[in-house]
Amino acid sequence: MSDVNAAASRRRFLRRKVTERLAVGGMFLCAGVTIFFLVTILGYVLYHGAAAVNWEFLTSLPLPPGENGGGILNALIGSAMVVLCAAAMAVPIGLGAAVFVNEFPTAGFGRFVRFLAEVLTGVPSIVVGLFAYALVVRPLGGFSGFSGSVAYAFIMIPIILISAHEAFRLVPDSLREASLALGIPKWRTILRVVLPVSSRALLTGVVLAISRALGEAAPMLFTAFGNPYLSFNMGKPIATVPLLIYTYATAPYEDWHQKAWAASFVLLVFVLFTSVLTRAFLRGKSHE
Amino acid sequence: MQSEPQAIKRALGRTLIRSSAGKTRTRDARVINLGDRVFYIATRTLASCVILLALLLVGDLFRGAWESIGQFGLKFLIGTTWDPVARQFGTLPTIIGTLVKATIGLLLAVPISIGAALFITFYVPKWLRPIISYPIELLAGIPSIVFGLWGLFVMVPVIRVVQIWLKAHFGWFFLFDGPAVYGVGVLSGSVILAIMVVPIITAISRDILLTVPRLQIEGMLALGATKWEAIWKVALPYARVGLVGAVILGLGRAIGETMAVTMVGGNSFDLIHSLFDPVHSMASQIASEFTEATYSLYVSSLIYVGLVLFGITICISLLAQLLIWRLSKGKVAIFE
Repeated sequence: MSDVNAAASRRRFLRRKVTERLAVGGMFLCAGVTIFFLVTILGYVLYHGAAAVNWEFLTSLPLPPGENGGGILNALIGSAMVVLCAAAMAVPIGLGAAVFVNEFPTAGFGRFVRFLAEVLTGVPSIVVGLFAYALVVRPLGGFSGFSGSVAYAFIMIPIILISAHEAFRLVPDSLREASLALGIPKWRTILRVVLPVSSRALLTGVVLAISRALGEAAPMLFTAFGNPYLSFNMGKPIATVPLLIYTYATAPYEDWHQKAWAASFVLLVFVLFTSVLTRAFLRGKSHE
Repeated sequence: MQSEPQAIKRALGRTLIRSSAGKTRTRDARVINLGDRVFYIATRTLASCVILLALLLVGDLFRGAWESIGQFGLKFLIGTTWDPVARQFGTLPTIIGTLVKATIGLLLAVPISIGAALFITFYVPKWLRPIISYPIELLAGIPSIVFGLWGLFVMVPVIRVVQIWLKAHFGWFFLFDGPAVYGVGVLSGSVILAIMVVPIITAISRDILLTVPRLQIEGMLALGATKWEAIWKVALPYARVGLVGAVILGLGRAIGETMAVTMVGGNSFDLIHSLFDPVHSMASQIASEFTEATYSLYVSSLIYVGLVLFGITICISLLAQLLIWRLSKGKVAIFE
């Protein structure tokens, strides 16, 4: 009798052990596959792109199709201009709204704004492009760098708002209370205590938003549109790096494909750089 | 993660702040703190800007699509002809194309990402965790155009070979009975979407799994359960709602994804019959046709497609927010 029981329980134990091993193996495989794709994609773009990047590529203008050589200076400058102009619009709105949401908790309004920001992060970038087209391009009668900035700003505002809100939440209330107890009005408390204390996290959020926007090609398709020449005029079409990658990748010239890889390399290096930098900046704050 | 006393203190502090904010609204305080009042109005205006932008977005999409809505109404959604020359527009094939690609992409991505998240949360030693999970978060930050480039030049040729092999050996099966030699198509689109949403779902799932009370798992282990049994019977049921939220969020991303799918998903307007058929998704249709749309009904129809896309993604994202919020009470940051 006891022999039968012992055998059954040993079998059960064995089965549980095997299940455990299989499950661990499966999960390990999943993590492995994820890491594999990460390494493959990053490795391929970095390796392939690095071979095509050189000084000329970064500092000269594109040549006509079919001619080898030339660079993407116009797109680099265009991207920088469009994204900085977008930041100039998005930072005040995002930060101001975040200050309101955190420092003046109203019954439902503030929470609704925060909720709306979360929802807006889910709007597809192509729809943001359509929005900027309908809002700016159509009334002004033509594609322009400024309309691209509006699209980028729309992408950046919710990111800045959410990260700033999280940053303000981490500011200890004792600091606010100490300031208020000294008779300092609330608005000065916010400007001189809350903002400086959270400045690192705020900067991180802004940089993150910029790097997120900078890689978006879809909203540029029918706003900034692209331009083969160097242009500083925000009222006219302007070249941007992600859109240039799209154009070059889908064109039939081998030299342009190489340039698309090189431009991806530049974009990727920027994104990785800002990501690593902001993480180092915030170390130990947001992660366990 | 915040420790418990800190969280309590924060909650207490917030009620204090709330009561002081209430005071600024009384008449006396308004007179005394003119600066506060101005500051309040200024920031409230900026916060209203966010609401205004959302309203503008919806309004502009409707206005832009109005001509097409008037012309086709809801039949637009079930029409199968997309013919700019004949001025006939119906977008059913692209809606189906979008949903099929996103669904297959998710079917591939969900097991992998939840498995990876479980592994990172419960099996990887704590010191090693950031080293594994940080690169995955990095992957989530790569611009979609880079995925598209990689997909077009590296992945599509591989998939093309796989497709030709599948067709040669399993061509009798209707899913594999399509134009295999293109390489671009439903399968390529789905795979690139899977690669793109895995890091997103993994990162959110990991954050959610970290909210599972350690004590419950240790209780299971103390009773003699294996780790997998503890995960299966405690962690997964506890985190179920949040994980579903993470998956739905991934679905939203997959449906709205534009550039990568434009580059590898193919660009036909026909209804799909097999996994190899090249077919537009809604986003790629807008992306590749918009600047070539020559008359206003055409443009309007494309904006109508955008409106439909917007509607679908908003519903999905609302659902995801709701599920994740309910579980984590706002502790998990959705974006990033």
